Amino acid sequence: MTWIALGIVALVVFWAIALYNRLISLRNQVLNGWRQIDVQLKRRHDLIPNLVNTVRGAMEFERDTLTQVMEARARAVSAIGPSDAARKEGELSQALGRLFAVSENYPTLRANDNVKMLQEELTSTENKVGFARQFYNDIATKFNIAQQTFPSNVFASMLGFKPAELFEITEAAERQVPAVDLSMRK
Amino acid sequence: MAGFVAFFLFLGYGFDRVYFGGGEFVFPIGTLTAFGVGSASALTSYYSGDRAVLLSAGAVSVDRALSAGASDGDTLKLRQLDNVVEEMSIAAGLPKPKVYVVPDPDPNAFATGRDPEHASIAVTRGLLDAVTRDELQGVVAHELSHVRNLDIRLMTVIAAMVGAIALLSDWTSRGLRHGSVGSGGRRGRSKDKGGAAVVLLVIWIVAILLAPLIGQMLAMMVSRRREYLADASGAELTRNPLALASALEKIEQAHAPTPSVKRGTAHLCIADPLGKAVGLRQGWAPDLLASHPPMANRITALRQMGFQA
Repeated sequence: MTWIALGIVALVVFWAIALYNRLISLRNQVLNGWRQIDVQLKRRHDLIPNLVNTVRGAMEFERDTLTQVMEARARAVSAIGPSDAARKEGELSQALGRLFAVSENYPTLRANDNVKMLQEELTSTENKVGFARQFYNDIATKFNIAQQTFPSNVFASMLGFKPAELFEITEAAERQVPAVDLSMRK
Repeated sequence: MAGFVAFFLFLGYGFDRVYFGGGEFVFPIGTLTAFGVGSASALTSYYSGDRAVLLSAGAVSVDRALSAGASDGDTLKLRQLDNVVEEMSIAAGLPKPKVYVVPDPDPNAFATGRDPEHASIAVTRGLLDAVTRDELQGVVAHELSHVRNLDIRLMTVIAAMVGAIALLSDWTSRGLRHGSVGSGGRRGRSKDKGGAAVVLLVIWIVAILLAPLIGQMLAMMVSRRREYLADASGAELTRNPLALASALEKIEQAHAPTPSVKRGTAHLCIADPLGKAVGLRQGWAPDLLASHPPMANRITALRQMGFQA
């Protein structure tokens, strides 16, 4: 009888150890995912001055758009805290979107190989930011599910694990885009 | 996969029963030897296979291609490929694999390498020219999913078993010709076991003669299932199954053999590089012998994910 009880206790201990290690591993992946987003945002900040300088000559008449991009970038660089950063990065994305829309009116610019290359780099950086967020949300969701399902939830809070916050779109304007498009594009 | 193991165990058990005596428990020396030989050859390909494959395909790494002075349009395409691979590895949370270009006009792509830390993705020139950025992303996501799902490891294990089965079959058919079957420890026991043992023996002999073919068919079955899986998990990475569907359509339209890619890598390509007509048709024969499911079925499955079918 005592042996059975001891066996059960041993099983519970092993299970708790396995759970703890799994949660630690997930938590580190979540942190890493969050840093990946920062890395990609930094890359975007570095690319923007290049882009603006390349198109400046050809887009004399769009001084406003260009200034807006540079100002939005400056604000995003100096943002403090995740929610502030999210809002300002969103504004920067919009300013860039306007710049690309306006540049459609300049055929010489669109044919320029340098500009094409920069545009590719910028598109890619936007994508990388997006995919880094997607990965962060995926892994954070996994982490949260691992904590909140029964019976893990009993131990997870005892061991001091807190659910990770998911990345959400803060700008109302950004949110509208997927609402129009039902083709499951991101 | 489980069926594969069961089939292999059945063959090996029969082999050891026939050749090494008929006790209730038989030490499976024949099975182990065959599996050992098969594993040795498979392990060699596991550790150095990626270099051999890339070399035989004439693949050039993107960095090399870029520094070798490409034209402006070319540089753009190559940078785009490199970027797309990086984007997808971010989405998958994997280290970025090495990127190669294969100078072949037929659109195709493959992944190789033994684990995510030693993976390479190669894309043909034809694919780069044919698809848009979004479609390229879908193709790269498919290949990266082969890496993430450890399909390379899985197919290596399967290759080892196919090899071992072929060996067992070979040894047996030689034995049959020299009339050694039924000599060993089985002689004298057939009397008391009677009909059932004879029937089992006949079934086993037929099975082992057909074994190489059946082994190949089972391997292809696994390969086809992994293709569907790679399509689906690729779509999970891009969240855009329709782009991969339209890339597959383009690849199908330009369907010709991809001579740069040799047979051994077929299961890691996005489309069957042998260009067999069976890959495109439906029905029982292609369902048994192709390394890839019919293109139309894959496209339909992807469209359903995008609510477009």
